[in-house]
Amino acid sequence: MATQHSRAAARIMMAPAVILLLGWMLVPLTMTLYFSFKNYLPLRGGDLGWAGFENYTRFVTSSSFWPSILTTLIIVGGVLFITVVFGVLLALLLDRPMWGQGIVRILVIAPFFVMPTVSALVWKNMFMDPTNGLFAHLWRAFGAQPVEWMSQASLPSIIIIVSWQWLPFATLILLTAIQSLDGEQLEASEMDGAPALKRFWYIILPHLSRAITVVILIQTIFLLAVFAEIFVTTGGAFGTKTLSYLIFQRVLESQNIGLGSAGGVYAIILANIIAIFLMRIVGKNLDN
Amino acid sequence: MGRITLDKVTKRFGDVEVIPPLDLTIEDGEFVVFVGPSGCGKSTLLRLIAGLEDVSGGQIRIDSKDATDLPPAKRGLAMVFQSYALYPHMSVRKNIAFPLKMAKMDQAEIDRRVDNAAKVLNLDSYIDRRPGQLSGGQRQRVAIGRAIVREPSAFLFDEPLSNLDAALRVGMRLEISELHERLKTTMVYVTHDQVEAMTMADKIVVLQAGVIEQVGSPLELYHTPRNKFVAGFIGSPKMNFIEGETAAQHGAHTIGIRPEHLTASATEGLWKGTVSVSEHLGSDTFLHVHETGLAESITVRVGGEFPVRHGDTVYLTPEADKIHRFDEKGLRIA
Repeated sequence: MATQHSRAAARIMMAPAVILLLGWMLVPLTMTLYFSFKNYLPLRGGDLGWAGFENYTRFVTSSSFWPSILTTLIIVGGVLFITVVFGVLLALLLDRPMWGQGIVRILVIAPFFVMPTVSALVWKNMFMDPTNGLFAHLWRAFGAQPVEWMSQASLPSIIIIVSWQWLPFATLILLTAIQSLDGEQLEASEMDGAPALKRFWYIILPHLSRAITVVILIQTIFLLAVFAEIFVTTGGAFGTKTLSYLIFQRVLESQNIGLGSAGGVYAIILANIIAIFLMRIVGKNLDN
Repeated sequence: MGRITLDKVTKRFGDVEVIPPLDLTIEDGEFVVFVGPSGCGKSTLLRLIAGLEDVSGGQIRIDSKDATDLPPAKRGLAMVFQSYALYPHMSVRKNIAFPLKMAKMDQAEIDRRVDNAAKVLNLDSYIDRRPGQLSGGQRQRVAIGRAIVREPSAFLFDEPLSNLDAALRVGMRLEISELHERLKTTMVYVTHDQVEAMTMADKIVVLQAGVIEQVGSPLELYHTPRNKFVAGFIGSPKMNFIEGETAAQHGAHTIGIRPEHLTASATEGLWKGTVSVSEHLGSDTFLHVHETGLAESITVRVGGEFPVRHGDTVYLTPEADKIHRFDEKGLRIA
């Protein structure tokens, strides 16, 4: 198969795809780098020449930079925690044989098919609205003062909404992992005298560790870029400004493309640090 | 102690009765083999004893105590599974220590027992590896090690050798037999391989469709099978069955004659036939003889060298006192 000739042919045939992907990645990246060194204000004079590292220093020294990093990490961490914990529990539950299994499984997956903008709007208006929302009615039914979710508990609200969207993904992957567990291992541990909780801790959870790392890795990549949920709920107010939201504000609200691009470069660096960190854990976990 | 008594034990899956009421006593220290074709209920029976399946009726007593409703862990039995069921994320040492850890034994005692098991089974050299890095035979040893550290009153084996290659299987067979000699603990062993049953068992239980066809020592089963099923299942190659006139001459519906109880000759004999295939094993040669007018094919065991080829004529003579006679229902005529 791998003769000199076939290898050359393979390279030629793969070239269009590789060139397309490279272009897709390199063009925006170089443009971002280019603009990050420019003083570029579209509505206030356009291209005002080179700026050196001024954009970079301005972006980091801005009072909203560190809070935005913290917010990003809180949202990513919170959503990961909720989706993994509840994903494992739901997967355990769905693995049990029960009546109407097919329908229940489809229902569980359903939130994943709802667009982020739509689900955020549904949550904001139907559940978390302080006068007409379901939660408000529930609170009032118990005689409590309804929570103004978007302002009083803005970060938890966003974490709940995003978790709701990503829970099906985690559940699905963890469910397939649970189904791949050898039943004889569970029976063996039962004979070895391990009660249900210890079977979970010593047999099921280690078996799931690989699937959990995959869930964490994939979700982190997507969660770092959460945007629509913030845009339609709080609009970045009440301490919900993430790094990606801050970049959006610099570019579109302040109309400062140079400053936004510098933020974009920081975002790339942050994502890469987290990616390398995760890859190490995953690599360790996938090895054995 | 490890005396297991099954009293009218029944198992139903929905409407299907897999095991009709069944009585069986396994004596302390005995090596009992459940053997039968696949789907005969032998594994189910073992799982009922282990407690991994609930009985639908009847009683299981272990050392004369009622164990019918006890959970598996409380029965004092240890099981070796077909897939070995080792815990892949734990080292061999941790695998073997697991049941002791679950029993909350103190660490010094755990170490002592694990080291002892490692010595008995020769697994010192790979005690810190994980199951994924071991060969089939090594995994098998670890699985047995995990069973013996608990010092159970009986061992249950569910087709433990079926995932090994032929050479290893013979070796492990011997090791398990030796282990039984050394530990003198009751062992219940499930297999579909009659050679394993014959070589290892003190007592063989032949099962078909959940019913016990016969219980007895290997040689009892070989010499006096109670019916046609047992006669055909025990012994390799299979017993030849002859019906019709020849059987009627012996006052039976069917007669059975084992390949090793037939003599073949190129010149004279009782029955004439044509050689179809001759299988040379070195020590023995098995002839498959066709066109005898008795049965479709008759298998004969002859000595190491017997110069016949495909299509040659051969004469067969049975040893008169080794003929088994069966009636219309397939039961032995004494």
